[in-house]
Amino acid sequence: MLRKIRIVLAALCFTLVTLLFLDFTGTVHTWFGWLAKIQFLPAVLALNAGIVVALVLLTLLLGRIYCSVICPLGVMQDIIAWWGRKVKKNRYTYSPARNVLRAVMLALFIVAMVAGFASAAALIAPYSAYGRIAQNLLAPVWQGANNLLAYAAERLDSYAFYTVDIWLKGIGTFVVAVATLLLLWVLAWRNGRTWCNTVCPVGTVLGFISRWSFMRPVIDTSKCNGCGKCARNCKAACIDSKQHSIDYTRCVVCMDCLEQCSQGAIYYEPRTITRRMELAEKVAAERAAAGPAEEGKADGMSRRKFLTLTALFAFTAATRAQNKTVDGGLAAIEQKKMPARKTPIVPAGAQSLKRFSQHCTGCQLCVSACPNGVLRPSQDLTSLMQPVISYERGYCRPECTKCSEVCPTGAIKRIRRPEKSSTQIGRAVWIKDNCIPLVNGDSCGNCARHCPSGAITMVSSEPSREDAPKIPAVNTEMCIGCGSCEYLCPARPFAAIYVEGNEVHHTI
Amino acid sequence: MEKKRYTSEKIDRREFLKRLGAGAAVSSLALAGCGPEKGGVADSLVAGDSQPEGEMTYRTTPTTGDVVSLLGYGMMRLPTIIDRNIPKGENDIDQEQVNRLVDYAIEHGVNYFDTSPAYCKGFSERATGTALKRHPRDKFYVATKLSNFSPSTWSREASIAMYRRSFSELQVDYIDYLLLHGIGMGGMEAFENRYMKNGILDFLVEERKAGRIRNLGFSYHGDVEVFDTMLRWQDEGRYQWDFVQIQMNYVDWRHAKEVNARNTDAEYLYAELEKRNIPAVIMEPLLGGRLSKVHNHIAAKLKEYKPDASVASWAFRFAGTYPGVLTVLSGMTYMEHLQDNLSTYSPLEPLTDADKDFLEQTAQAMLRYPTIPCNDCKYCMPCPYGLDIPAILLHFNKCINEGNMPLSSRDSNYVRSRRIFLVGYDRTVPRMRQADRCIGCNHCVAHCPQNINIPKEMQRIDKFIEDLKQGREF
Repeated sequence: MLRKIRIVLAALCFTLVTLLFLDFTGTVHTWFGWLAKIQFLPAVLALNAGIVVALVLLTLLLGRIYCSVICPLGVMQDIIAWWGRKVKKNRYTYSPARNVLRAVMLALFIVAMVAGFASAAALIAPYSAYGRIAQNLLAPVWQGANNLLAYAAERLDSYAFYTVDIWLKGIGTFVVAVATLLLLWVLAWRNGRTWCNTVCPVGTVLGFISRWSFMRPVIDTSKCNGCGKCARNCKAACIDSKQHSIDYTRCVVCMDCLEQCSQGAIYYEPRTITRRMELAEKVAAERAAAGPAEEGKADGMSRRKFLTLTALFAFTAATRAQNKTVDGGLAAIEQKKMPARKTPIVPAGAQSLKRFSQHCTGCQLCVSACPNGVLRPSQDLTSLMQPVISYERGYCRPECTKCSEVCPTGAIKRIRRPEKSSTQIGRAVWIKDNCIPLVNGDSCGNCARHCPSGAITMVSSEPSREDAPKIPAVNTEMCIGCGSCEYLCPARPFAAIYVEGNEVHHTI
Repeated sequence: MEKKRYTSEKIDRREFLKRLGAGAAVSSLALAGCGPEKGGVADSLVAGDSQPEGEMTYRTTPTTGDVVSLLGYGMMRLPTIIDRNIPKGENDIDQEQVNRLVDYAIEHGVNYFDTSPAYCKGFSERATGTALKRHPRDKFYVATKLSNFSPSTWSREASIAMYRRSFSELQVDYIDYLLLHGIGMGGMEAFENRYMKNGILDFLVEERKAGRIRNLGFSYHGDVEVFDTMLRWQDEGRYQWDFVQIQMNYVDWRHAKEVNARNTDAEYLYAELEKRNIPAVIMEPLLGGRLSKVHNHIAAKLKEYKPDASVASWAFRFAGTYPGVLTVLSGMTYMEHLQDNLSTYSPLEPLTDADKDFLEQTAQAMLRYPTIPCNDCKYCMPCPYGLDIPAILLHFNKCINEGNMPLSSRDSNYVRSRRIFLVGYDRTVPRMRQADRCIGCNHCVAHCPQNINIPKEMQRIDKFIEDLKQGREF
């Protein structure tokens, strides 16, 4: 029963969180956006004390429920493991905790976050790792299905569905997503929750707390016949059936063992029942004494394996990058190219590059939510996977504040329309050599016509000549860096006006 | 993505036309540009398989005594093969269909076929010639034009070469009706350059004397000074016109200026011709399809007045009712159009005075829904900056006609019509070809026979779309 409840809740959370990454209409987010905000790491980064305290209390009360219900990466591993168990039954065995590795990974993670390498740390952050998988691998499938429906709707003269662009937003992040998925697939298929109990920093922190959790599963030695079925079906590998002990730092309270036990010898019950508390403590003491000797070797092994696997997948996926081409049905249109910006542009609400890079875990939720094709994960090593702005496919439209609505970590602070339209995230720079009126004499002014803040005025290129072509003059103080000028500039492949990012955003 | 969109747009068009098959004579052949017309009539009451029952109505020319069918076949919107393997700019006319349509038309009494060296990317004459070659030469009259619009064809040699080429393309040794094409566009100056300074008009008059041209005339759009000059020349005995082709329909009859400030009321043009006993060949009887693809309110009114008549049939009866009209041209892409128009003219049932009043009221009602007068002739294309100008304008018109144009953000159906407008816009026109891409270079303006200020319209539509997207109040 408890297991069924866990599965239902987990399936619900998992589906809804996944939908947050898939739904491009923003509907799901209106109702279930909070599911991203109750994720542990985002809540910590957002300094959302209420949620962090609630999650700690939840863990103290019920154990690592968070890991089996709320965390989408955990649930994803359960799904893979379930499949693995279908192929080979009773495939797990007890293994001692690898506490040194866990501590080292957690320490590395914290150091990286504090030192400003948030994007490196985010590689092992569970929620954002799942976000990258969902955004890079599931969203295209979802959008493809949507486009099929849109195709059908168009034929039926219905406006219920509309076509969306499917494009590779960043090869680096795509590679990371594929590598993460493959690595997790192998680990979860073979050994269940290995990742959660060795690498995952959230798993380590919550495991530390769940050691003292009020409710926890225990083995009734008077009923146990020592068959070991619980241990062979424990995806956390935390049941030592010989010792009748359970390692609560690794147990994700999935309740599988409760249902597996043919003797009904495992209960999920509070510590106040002293009969079993003694036993548990005794076992914990024994385990602590026996544990550390073997840990060192095992650590080195799995970490090396982890690193080589990552490198391998990174290489194979990188070779698959491909370019999209345009059909020149009418006049051929050359695809715009991204200019080399000296300073990256990040969304209004990020406040500054530094603050942003320290808070963003690269979960891609904003990238999924951006309806204008503006946000994409950075390819730059120091900010890999964190979103940056570019204007080849659209511009940061004045009415849209989607990214700030969805960001669970507060890296992009909630911002309203008026604030957005007065926040300078970058400023337009004119490139004389590309400007159409000077290149071929056609009158243009498309940048000035579309500038939402009226920062561009068309002026004569030669004031002494009346018929001289007009060129844009940018009043930088009024420019907010939205990129409408860059996006709508007819010069190709490089626009004649582009946006250079601001390190610190200012108010105009 | 871009590629995909384009494909779906094409299929969409075919599908849409399939649906509108019923009724709907989509017509008019002012200028070049092939392919099926987008959109069509929301007219499902007329049976698509209506078979003409009676005899075709005929008119006779005063100068040559030709007996011409009241329905003329415009060869500007010939059916095309929907095959992506045919490169852009290549011949994609579905000759088999053309043959079938021409056979059917001739069988039911049509004997006037109007083409031009400019139509269908320049392949219309050849397709027309191929189809007509299969019939005895005395069963049809063929009309073509000297379409020397481009300055590169203004020289005497180039113009004569174009004229001679028409003979070989059409596979004929005489042309029944030859027109100076689209005079009035560009005013007297263009006319002087195209026909006078190079002596081409005199050359054509000589050709008529030699019997290689049986009737000489002109088609007119635009500056009325040119039209008046031509008729004055006839009065002065300088030139004699066997026929003149004008734009005439129940909207242009008295409201031409409201549709397009440069145009002249057809009532005046027709009266001038009738005074001189010059037969009028009618183009744009449907105002570029806008008298068949009408606003739902208008369609309902027409149906109420006469439930079994197709929307298009009113426009054809209007044009045919005037006795000075020799033939009414219709660019019939589909068999359904042909059959509907054949029924209308077999025989013609002239309009009563009450009918005329009713159509005048209809015209006035129509002008209250200000669609952009685009005929989808594609003369403006390709836009150097990649816009799909006709697709944008037609989407705008379609939304107006179907009642999906939010006139105010407080409209009761604002949310619904906003979605239909925006989603439909992305479906019809790829993002990179939408109105916001118009830079106002003005290259297209000179090419539009309807004198639409395209950049101005693009910016107006773009502003409207921004209002919708940003949810501004208007």
